[in-house]
Amino acid sequence: MNKTILNKKLLGGLLLALVLTACKSTPMANKPAGVEDKSPTSSATTGADANGADTSGVKEVTIDSNATGSGALNDPNNILSKRNVYFDYDSDAIKAEYRPLIEAHAKYLLSHDSAKMVLQGNTDERGTREYNLSLGQRRSVAVKQALNQLGVQDKQIETVSYGEEKATQSCADETCYQANRRVDIAYERE
Amino acid sequence: MMQIRLVLLLSLFLMPLLSRAELTIEISGGGAQQIPIAIVPFGQAAKPNQENLSNIINADLRRSGMFRVLETRGVANQPTDVSQIKFPEWTSLQAQAMAVGTVQPIAGNRLKVTFALVDVLKQNQLAGMEYNITPNQLRLTAHKIADVIYQKLTGESAIFASRIAYITKVNKRYALQVADVDGVNPQTVVSSNEPIISPAWSPDGTKLAYVSFEKKKPIVFVQSLTTGQRLTLANFKGNNSAPAWSPDGSKLAIVLTYGANSQIYTINSDGTGLKPVTKSSAIDTEPTWSHDGRWIYFSSDRGGKPQIYKVGASGGEAQRVTFDGAYNVSPRFSPDGKSLAMIRNDGGKFRVAMQDLASGQVQLLSDGSQDESPSFAPNGKMILYATRSGGRGALAAVSSDGRVKQRLSEAGGDIREPAWGPLLN
Repeated sequence: MNKTILNKKLLGGLLLALVLTACKSTPMANKPAGVEDKSPTSSATTGADANGADTSGVKEVTIDSNATGSGALNDPNNILSKRNVYFDYDSDAIKAEYRPLIEAHAKYLLSHDSAKMVLQGNTDERGTREYNLSLGQRRSVAVKQALNQLGVQDKQIETVSYGEEKATQSCADETCYQANRRVDIAYERE
Repeated sequence: MMQIRLVLLLSLFLMPLLSRAELTIEISGGGAQQIPIAIVPFGQAAKPNQENLSNIINADLRRSGMFRVLETRGVANQPTDVSQIKFPEWTSLQAQAMAVGTVQPIAGNRLKVTFALVDVLKQNQLAGMEYNITPNQLRLTAHKIADVIYQKLTGESAIFASRIAYITKVNKRYALQVADVDGVNPQTVVSSNEPIISPAWSPDGTKLAYVSFEKKKPIVFVQSLTTGQRLTLANFKGNNSAPAWSPDGSKLAIVLTYGANSQIYTINSDGTGLKPVTKSSAIDTEPTWSHDGRWIYFSSDRGGKPQIYKVGASGGEAQRVTFDGAYNVSPRFSPDGKSLAMIRNDGGKFRVAMQDLASGQVQLLSDGSQDESPSFAPNGKMILYATRSGGRGALAAVSSDGRVKQRLSEAGGDIREPAWGPLLN
């Protein structure tokens, strides 16, 4: 899969999420930090095609979060467009070959105060989904700590994990598994 | 060895394409002593899209592995109530028990369902029920009748009048669905083009908590099944995942990360009152509550490889629970609280195992290589889990003694993350 396209999609999604958050939070500026609005999200439509009033009836909710976007960080000639850090099996150690990439992103964050990075950890499909979510998180934390060591503050970084959810399924060999064990670097805005 | 294949065809024209495809259920194995039973077709006007109740009851009993359901078509006597039974015909079929019943329309567009369970050898009635229902409660009523038969003849508690939740992935679209326990009547609770994982039933069966990646990160939602109303339960910096309801439904254990590793918290079911439970530098995840609500069991790699630990629901020192095997995760309590189901990595194969908490003894129950998400039936007699088959996700169930196995798969799709709900009233 073309990684640039993947990242653009990802960034677009983040942009959309940001716009939605902005729209939502404006009338509630006094909300304490970290407390989430409990109303259904604006990207959800509720119960559009709910059927009969069965006792076991279920209302259906549909969510669509498609969007696209792009930015200077996606210039293929710039090292900042490189967004993947790969790991060994059952490891969160960052390999030496990713130093230049991490240093370039640290430099970017240090020179762009308002830039916000999202580190998305991933694992291969082996193991349980929730446990893999935690393993993916450990990898995104490892990348964050490498950035911290270069002077980047936590407020510019969010570490999240997709666990095995974005993994290529039914891998037959190590090359395939390897591609799933990675952290993707994304920015909230560019 | 009994091998039966039931293909449950749904009335597809009633349902949107793809999201409500049929589930196929395949059963193998059986109890040591299967009870021979005859379920006589109910006295019921043949209507399109309305199955004869006897078919639904029949399939439920078969799936339990504890019954040998006899073919009744060759028998001349087709009673619909006890007075019409000609016992010699049924003793010659070698039925030990038989069920008869009717479905009749009554005033107010309602239905009256009658049912009797009879001991064929003693020629006495074991159970008799009458239900006054709306037409859309017909399948549920059939499951309730199957439960009455099952309870009377096996001594176990009810299982069939319950629902299962699971996630499907079809054409890159994810859907959290709820279906009757026989895989019929699947309904979409929420659908998204980003992953959905970890559905968890509220103890009263009216809500599902789940994790959705719709905002490009895991966030925990709680959704009412009847109104569709969605509450963002936890959307904190980092990951929000692994919801587990407390036994009284007032709280959930969840996993948050902020900028570090997964840790366990509790939160009220309305999203207030967040409290930390574990404080470690290791991974602590997959929480589940003990029946008295005092303990939270969870997976942690604090000792190196992942094992199951327990901690007081309001925090404190954690104690290790599993010592057998190098890798144990995904703890789930049996309804009687005496056993713990889990996923064990057994030489690279992830399988369902069950540990007796008193003796510490462990039994491997499943035979796949990527089995996960174990979930007990309301009576503890079956464990539903996710497996892989032909490169796709499928659901499977195994009896708690390992004897009876079932496999549920959806044509053309991937199905995973099952959760067996509580009994319906």
